[in-house]
Amino acid sequence: MRPYLREKKDFSFAEVPENTSFEAGYLVSANSGWRSVRPVIDSGKCVGCEQCYLYCPDGVISIKDGKAVIDYDFCKGCGICAKICKPGAIGMEAERK
Amino acid sequence: MANKVADSISREEFFYGHKACAGCGGSLAVRAALKVLGQNAVSVLPAGCMSAVGFNFPQLCFSNNSIISTFAGTASMLTGVEAGLRARGYKDFTAVGFAGDGGTADIGIQALSGAIDRNDNIIYICYDNEAYMNTGIQKSGLTPFGARTTTTPAGANIHGNIRPKKNMFEIAAAHDIPYAATASVGYIADFIAKVQKAAQIKGTKYIHVIAPCPTGWGVAPDETVDIAREVVDCGLWYLAEYENGGFTLDHKPKEFTDVAAYLKKQGRFRHLSDEDIQVIIESRDRKWEHINKTFSYKNSL
Ligand SMILES: Cc1ncc(C[n+]2csc(CCOP(=O)(O)OP(=O)(O)O)c2C)c(N)n1
Ligand code: SF4
Ligand code: SF4
Ligand code: SF4
Ligand SMILES: [Mg+2]
Repeated sequence: MRPYLREKKDFSFAEVPENTSFEAGYLVSANSGWRSVRPVIDSGKCVGCEQCYLYCPDGVISIKDGKAVIDYDFCKGCGICAKICKPGAIGMEAERK
Repeated sequence: MANKVADSISREEFFYGHKACAGCGGSLAVRAALKVLGQNAVSVLPAGCMSAVGFNFPQLCFSNNSIISTFAGTASMLTGVEAGLRARGYKDFTAVGFAGDGGTADIGIQALSGAIDRNDNIIYICYDNEAYMNTGIQKSGLTPFGARTTTTPAGANIHGNIRPKKNMFEIAAAHDIPYAATASVGYIADFIAKVQKAAQIKGTKYIHVIAPCPTGWGVAPDETVDIAREVVDCGLWYLAEYENGGFTLDHKPKEFTDVAAYLKKQGRFRHLSDEDIQVIIESRDRKWEHINKTFSYKNSL
């Protein structure tokens, strides 16, 4: 399983843990707003080699039914996946056209 | 299409939603290592980019147990984590540290040396982005010769850093550590294999992984992996291991790629003169002479 975006609660001061521990993998803010370009997978060209999955620094690519899919909540649009993909199945497209 | 490397590590993500810059090499190293070690890894991170981007309360990006240590204390906290969990009867866990180059080669070197001396059962991973990045690119003991940083500016007389990079891998090996290795995020399968190997060995393990920082190196975010390969291909970094008292080279480039091309692509080296580049090439050649003389060779790429 992958960590996922939770509902953002407002914490009152009293709810902030006193010690240094808190639930692991608790995510309240997306990284999608960082992108100026987004990777788009052409599943016709994707051979499921998983190179993009191995090299994505954010771990947002997974393989479903033999094809790469992206969690756009947390993809930052770095473009590493597009460069690593030998069959050229990943194109980078402008977020705002 | 099966990918053996992908199948050999966890499908879960343990470092997710972090706030590292797009294309950050350090975050790739941390992510890959945790996918090897899994849910029972207990990670220790000192001050530095990986702790800064991973723990922004309430956004907690490690889904395994993780803790921030003092800047100098990565290895001593690892010692404590390992001893504490062992004392409480836990058996199936790995204490792993992720420290930057500054946190390792400068400020944390004493604690690391002590842990290796005690042969504590820990894995220490230095993700080397070749400067103090989290505070805005200051020179560390692992910044290479010629690199421009905010504390080693490039001027008319002095062209960036005037000192060579410390050899942390051989410093760790000189303790006669059970296992030490060098790696690069550009050769991720090799790095993953080394973390897998380290996880099987008892005692202290040290892995030094080159992890480019697009922000500090002055390259585009999509160039991280290419540049991490190129530094190995041009011979300015090498993939090797130390085990049972001997060094092994894991990969020998047939012919080195152009050092000047590697350097000039990066903002931090763009000011270098031809003479500076010649100095870098000569020190590379001396290094390889030493490697070829004293390391055995086994191609594992
Ligand atoms: C004792 C102490 N001195 C200085 C700092 C400030 N500081 C925080 S992170 C950092 C840079 C860390 O550099 P490095 O270890 O290379 O990791 P990177 O940020 O490059 O990932 C510094 C100087 C600190 N937190 N504690
Ligand atoms: S690298 Fe390309 S072909 Fe391989 S899984 Fe990713 S998108 Fe598909
Ligand atoms: S653009 Fe970067 S963050 Fe997004 S999927 Fe590709 S490698 Fe991952
Ligand atoms: S400054 Fe460099 S090391 Fe730090 S998060 Fe950004 S890319 Fe990573
Ligand atoms: Mg650093």
